[in-house]
Amino acid sequence: MALLQIAEPGESVAPHQHRLAIGIDLGTTNSLVATVRSGMSVVLNDERGRPLLPSVVRYAADGRAEVGFAAESAKATDPKNTIMSVKRFMGRGRADIAHIETLPYDFVDADGMVRIKTVAGVKSPVEVSADILKTLRARAEASLGGELTGAVITVPAYFDDAQRQATKDAAQLAGLNVLRLLNEPTAAAIAYGLDNAAEGIYAIYDLGGGTFDISILRLAKGIFEVLSTGGDSALGGDDFDHRVFCWIIEQAGLKPLNLHDTRLLQGAAREAKEYLSQHAEAPITMKLSSGEYVDLALTTDIFTEITRTLVQKTLSATKKALRDAGLAAEEVRGVVMVGGSTRMPQIQRAVGELFRQEPLNNLDPDKVVALGAAMQANLLAGNRAASDDWLLLDVVPLSLGLETMGGLVEKVIPRNSTIPVARAQEFTTFKDGQTAMSVHVVQGERDLVSVCRSLARFELRGIPAMVAGAARIRVTFQVDADGLLSVSAREQTTGHEARIEVKPSYGLTDEEIASMLKESFSHARDDASLRALRELQVEARRLLEATQSALASDAEILSAHERGQIDAAVAELTAVVDSEDRSALDAALAKLGAATEEFAARRMNHSVHSALAGKNIDQVAL
Amino acid sequence: MSIQDDLPGIQFSDDHFALFELPRQQALDMGELDQRFRRLQALVHPDRYVQAGETEKRLAMQWATRVNEAYQTLKPAGQRALYLLNLLGFDPRIESNTAMPTAFLVRQMELREEVMAARAAGDGDALEAAHQAMRREVAEAQQELTVLIDQRDDFAAAADLVRKLMFQEKLLREINDALEAVTL
Repeated sequence: MALLQIAEPGESVAPHQHRLAIGIDLGTTNSLVATVRSGMSVVLNDERGRPLLPSVVRYAADGRAEVGFAAESAKATDPKNTIMSVKRFMGRGRADIAHIETLPYDFVDADGMVRIKTVAGVKSPVEVSADILKTLRARAEASLGGELTGAVITVPAYFDDAQRQATKDAAQLAGLNVLRLLNEPTAAAIAYGLDNAAEGIYAIYDLGGGTFDISILRLAKGIFEVLSTGGDSALGGDDFDHRVFCWIIEQAGLKPLNLHDTRLLQGAAREAKEYLSQHAEAPITMKLSSGEYVDLALTTDIFTEITRTLVQKTLSATKKALRDAGLAAEEVRGVVMVGGSTRMPQIQRAVGELFRQEPLNNLDPDKVVALGAAMQANLLAGNRAASDDWLLLDVVPLSLGLETMGGLVEKVIPRNSTIPVARAQEFTTFKDGQTAMSVHVVQGERDLVSVCRSLARFELRGIPAMVAGAARIRVTFQVDADGLLSVSAREQTTGHEARIEVKPSYGLTDEEIASMLKESFSHARDDASLRALRELQVEARRLLEATQSALASDAEILSAHERGQIDAAVAELTAVVDSEDRSALDAALAKLGAATEEFAARRMNHSVHSALAGKNIDQVAL
Repeated sequence: MSIQDDLPGIQFSDDHFALFELPRQQALDMGELDQRFRRLQALVHPDRYVQAGETEKRLAMQWATRVNEAYQTLKPAGQRALYLLNLLGFDPRIESNTAMPTAFLVRQMELREEVMAARAAGDGDALEAAHQAMRREVAEAQQELTVLIDQRDDFAAAADLVRKLMFQEKLLREINDALEAVTL
C-alpha cells in the first residue's frame, strides 16, 4: 500500500500512483476480465492464453470448486454438480426460470432466490457466481502483480433490482471492491465511442447467452447519456439452442432423454447454431446412450424459421426503446452489435432492416463489454486526468412503484429516469386510529401487482392514531448510481418520525453474506475480523488522501478554527491507521468524517457555483 | 462568521432555475439548459467520488439526484409551467380543479375516436396525419404558455392551458402507440 503523501498547503498533491482496476464481464456463457495497461484496454488471458472463462462451476464432494474449461468438460458426465448459465438464476425464484424442467439440477426452493443442491452442499446462485468471480480475480492479481483497488462489474441493462443486488453480493463474496455496477450496453458504448470518437445517437443491440438488451444513447463531448433502455433478461443464445434442441427431438422422434443425453444434445444444438454462422447447413449426427441415432441436417432457412419469434421479440423491444427515447430509427447514426449471439446471420439481417443500415461489427462482440468496463474502472479508480475523462449518465430500466388498494401499482419512479434519482409519494391511512401500514415495493411496467416483481415488504409502525385520511405518510425511493434501490418511509403530520430503511429482501440477507464470507475464510482463524480491519484501514487511507487533496486545493474556504479541528482529526487518524486497534481506528475515522462533513458540503457548493460562473473547471477540480 | 456566507451562488436548497442560474421564466433556451445540466453533473456525479470518503459519496449522490430532478422538471414545458406558477405563488390546483371547457373535451373525444378507428383499420397514413396535427397543437400550446406567464402574468389562464396540454400529450402518446401497433 502506498504511503500517504502529505503536501504543503498550496502545493499540489503529487500524482497518484497507478491504481490497479479491472472490468469484469460476468456473462451467462463466458466471463472475461480486462484492464487498462499503458492507456490501452486489454483482456487478460489465462495461463494458457485463453481470454474466455466458461461460466461453469463444478462442485466436488470435498467442497472444492472447479471453474471454467475443466468444469465444462464434465457437463455431460456430472450434470448435477456442474452448474452452467448460473446468471439466469441470479435473483430469481423457481417460477421465473424458463425451461426449468429440462435442467438437470436439484433445485431447492428458497425465499426469493432458488438454491441448487450439489455434493458440496446447497449452493446459492450468488455463491456460484462468486466462484467465477474469484477465478477472474485471481487471474487479474497474478497478471497485474498487485492488490486490486476495485472492479467494475457489468450487468444486463434490463436486470431488475433483485438481479443487480445479487450480482453485487456475489462480487462482495469474491472479495472484490465494486467500484460500480455498469450496464453491459453502456460498457460497449464506452469502448466503441472512445475508439471511434463517435458523436450522435447510437443504438447498442446486445444479445448474449442468456440476456437481451437494447440501449439508445446520445454520445456528445465526453458524455455518454443513456436515453432509454429495454430488453428481456431471460432471452439469449441459450433460447436459440433450445429451439434447435426441441427441433432435433421432434425430427428424430426421440424418447424422453436421460441427463447425460440431454447435455449431449444441448451441446450438439449449440454447435449446429454456431456452425450456421459460417455455413448454409449444419449436419447433426450422434449416438445417444439409449442406443438411438440422430442424423439430421439443419439448414439456415429452417433455423431462421424456428427462431423467428425470438428475433421478433428483440425487434419489438428495440422499437419500444426508440419510442421511449422519442426517436425514429432513421435518427440513429449507428447500431453497435454486442454479444456472441449477434453472429447469427438472421439477427444481422433483421437489425439491418429495422435501422436501414449495416450494423457495426468492428469490435469483437465477445470482448467489447469487458474492454469498456475496464476503461470505466480505470476512470473511477482515478487514473485519468480531469481534462481527459468522460461522464456516464445511465437510467433505471424498469419502473419502481408501490402496491396500493386493490392490488394496483402506483408508479413512483418511471422507467428510463436518469440515475441517481429520488422520488417521494404521500399516502394516508384508511381506517380511524390506524397505527401501522404495510408497504410493498414492486418493479415492473404493469398496473397490477401480481404481474410485477415484488422487491420488498415492510411495516411502518408507530403512526400516531388519527382519523382516517389525516396521517401523512411519505415514502421515499432512492436509486443510486449502481441502479440499486433503497426505500424509506415516515409519518409527518405530527412531527413524529417513524422511519425505516429497507434493502430489498430477495436474495441474501446481510447475515447470510457474512456467514458465507466467514465460511470461505474458515481455514484461517480470525480471518473475518482481519478482513474487517483491512477494509477499515483502506477506508481510512482513502479519507486521509481525499482530505489532503481537498485541503491542498480549497483550504481558503475554512476558518482557522475549522482548519485546526480537521488537522487534529487527520493527525489522530494518521497515528492509528496502521495499528491493529479496530475500535481506535473506527473512532478516529468517524471523527475525521465528522470534522470534514461541512468542508465537503461547502466545497461541493463552491465547485457547482464556479462551474456555472464559467471558471476553469480544472481550478476547482475535486 | 461562516465563510460560506461570502460565497455567492448555489446552495442545495436553491430553486431549479437558480440552480442552473437561469432566469425564472417560462421561455427557456433548451440548448443552454442541456449544457448547464451536463456541466453540473460532470462535477457532482457519484462517479467523480468513487475514491472519496463516505461523506462526499453521500453528498455526491444527493447533489446528482438534485440536479437530475431540476433538469427533469424544467425540461418539459408543462412541468416547467406548473413549477414556475408555484414559485410565483400561484396554486394551479392541477389535481383538484378538473373542470374543462366542453368544446375542448368534445374535440378531444372526437380525436380519440378517430385514432381508435384508424388503429382498427390499420390506417397508418391517417395516424401519421393525426400525429402531425397533434404535435402542432402541442407546440402552439407551449408557445402560448410562454406568452401567458412571461408577458401577461395571466396565471389562471396558464394553469388552464397546462391542463389542456396534459390531455394533448396523453393523446399524442396514444397516437404513438397506435402507430407502433399498425406499423409492426
